[in-house]
Amino acid sequence: MSATPMASTAKAPRMGFGKWLREHAVLIIGLLVIAYMLIPIAVIFVFSFNNPAGRYNFTWVGFTLDHWKNVFGIPELNEALWTSIKLALLTTLFSTVIGTMMALALVRHQFFGRRAANFLIVIPMATPEIVMGSSLLSFFLILGTPLGFRTLLIAHVMFCISFVVVVVRSRLIGFDRRLEEAAKDLGATPFETFRLITLPLILPGVFGGALLAFALSIDDFVISNFNAGTTVTFPIYIFGAFQRGVPVEVNCIAMILFGITVLAMGFTTWQQRRAEKMASIRPEQEEEVVPLPPVSAAT
Amino acid sequence: MGTLRRRAGAYGLLAPGTIWLVLFFLIPLYFLGRLSLNVNVGGVYYPFDWHWKNYSDALSLYDTQFIRSFVYSLVATLICLVLAYPLAYAIAFKAGKWRHAMLLAVVAPFFTTYLIRTISWVTILSDESPVVEVLQFLHIAPSGQVLATPAAVVSGLVYNYLPFMVLPIYASLERLDTRLLEAAKDLYADTKTTFLKVTLPLSAPGVVAGTLLTFIPATGDYVNAEFLGSSNSQMIGNVIQSLYLKQQEYPAAAALSFVLMAIILIIVLIYIRFAGSEALMGEEGAAI
Repeated sequence: MSATPMASTAKAPRMGFGKWLREHAVLIIGLLVIAYMLIPIAVIFVFSFNNPAGRYNFTWVGFTLDHWKNVFGIPELNEALWTSIKLALLTTLFSTVIGTMMALALVRHQFFGRRAANFLIVIPMATPEIVMGSSLLSFFLILGTPLGFRTLLIAHVMFCISFVVVVVRSRLIGFDRRLEEAAKDLGATPFETFRLITLPLILPGVFGGALLAFALSIDDFVISNFNAGTTVTFPIYIFGAFQRGVPVEVNCIAMILFGITVLAMGFTTWQQRRAEKMASIRPEQEEEVVPLPPVSAAT
Repeated sequence: MGTLRRRAGAYGLLAPGTIWLVLFFLIPLYFLGRLSLNVNVGGVYYPFDWHWKNYSDALSLYDTQFIRSFVYSLVATLICLVLAYPLAYAIAFKAGKWRHAMLLAVVAPFFTTYLIRTISWVTILSDESPVVEVLQFLHIAPSGQVLATPAAVVSGLVYNYLPFMVLPIYASLERLDTRLLEAAKDLYADTKTTFLKVTLPLSAPGVVAGTLLTFIPATGDYVNAEFLGSSNSQMIGNVIQSLYLKQQEYPAAAALSFVLMAIILIIVLIYIRFAGSEALMGEEGAAI
């Protein structure tokens, strides 16, 4: 990044603006793109303090804290949010357990049908949501399954599994199998090995997968819209409210969810670092192991 | 004996997920195909009759929306690539200690609800907003309006799918062996040659994964067209959603959905052949 002192003194006593710009062009473009990505979030935040004249919260009128004081004051919105949270928690539980099991099988074992299993995991991620949503609806329609919370849960677990597998798998690949072997050598049963060695080490990956599943579930609109029946989730509520005007409280809730997710992200990163530290504590050089003193002949 | 038990263990671990995905992903696709060949007689019951006419009818009626979806999605994907590559490059090689902060900023949009993010573009692109006034001043938007135009829909798609492009490209650049760059420099390659001959080819898997992860969901998207577009910028997703949920024309809707999936699947298979399936699996996992 920085030019060597020799080169800079040889060329010019001070770096020209043009040269500085050329050297930092990529970084500047990158920062501009990041600004572009963050502007809508700033807009959501600012407009959570808006005091719109009519029902539409699209133009700035004036500052007020009323909507923040009234965050949970709209019963239908609360109900939708609560449904979404319940759905996301159950989805996270199911998809994390199922996905972690699949990831363990794929990384740890060689077996017939591995390629097929990999394909089955990739293909939902490569399918547009609208196709998954409409095919599940067709399935439920033909079988005559009533739509509601149950069908939503089935759908959400379905599209979350693949993502959990991918995240947990990527953490498992860097896993030092010798730690497990060591536990086994020291007389641990397979279950003890899993509980005391495997689980604590893969936990950050599992937690990352769970967090992703939660985020995907609570944010899903397209697949939910097809399979919800009359059940209203948070995104479905927003979609329905769009034509008649989305209440400002929705912005407040969005910012609260944003804050919670940022905290959760920070927590997983911290956990991950801790696990990496834990995994790195192991005797690297065998030469350093002090040889046992010869058993004294006296005893 | 031991290997047999290990193998049984592997299948045991795989079983719940496989069953779930087969039962609620693969079999529903079969039902989608089946429903698309039913006769539409109105009402709830649709007799099955290899009714291929659903396909020709649906395609001739909604070919505009089909073509529009692929065009919008392609344009959005290309714009995403142009924006994402420099950003990913900057994070991987220029960010220094700001790398984590920049990555966090890239995933930050995921932390706010997709629909609310899209609605905030209604504010940003509305007629009175400063952005639109600047565009009018520069004569980029001569009609004085951005909202409810194809440009608004495409910009919404670009915004919503940009992280899907940035993360895989970043993952491939981050994994790049920097000794190769030094080697290129040692062999007297200038910055441009090093980039074109070393960096770009080595980041190709990330670019392939990123374009797929952007193009696929963007083609099927209907939220952006619904919120930011007008009746003249409806995409195929809007049609499918409306036929299923409002007009209950299930066979026609299923036919459209099936064709959409078939076209996308063909594109994905060509891509995977060209780039290897690990590009799609590995890159994204590493990025998250």
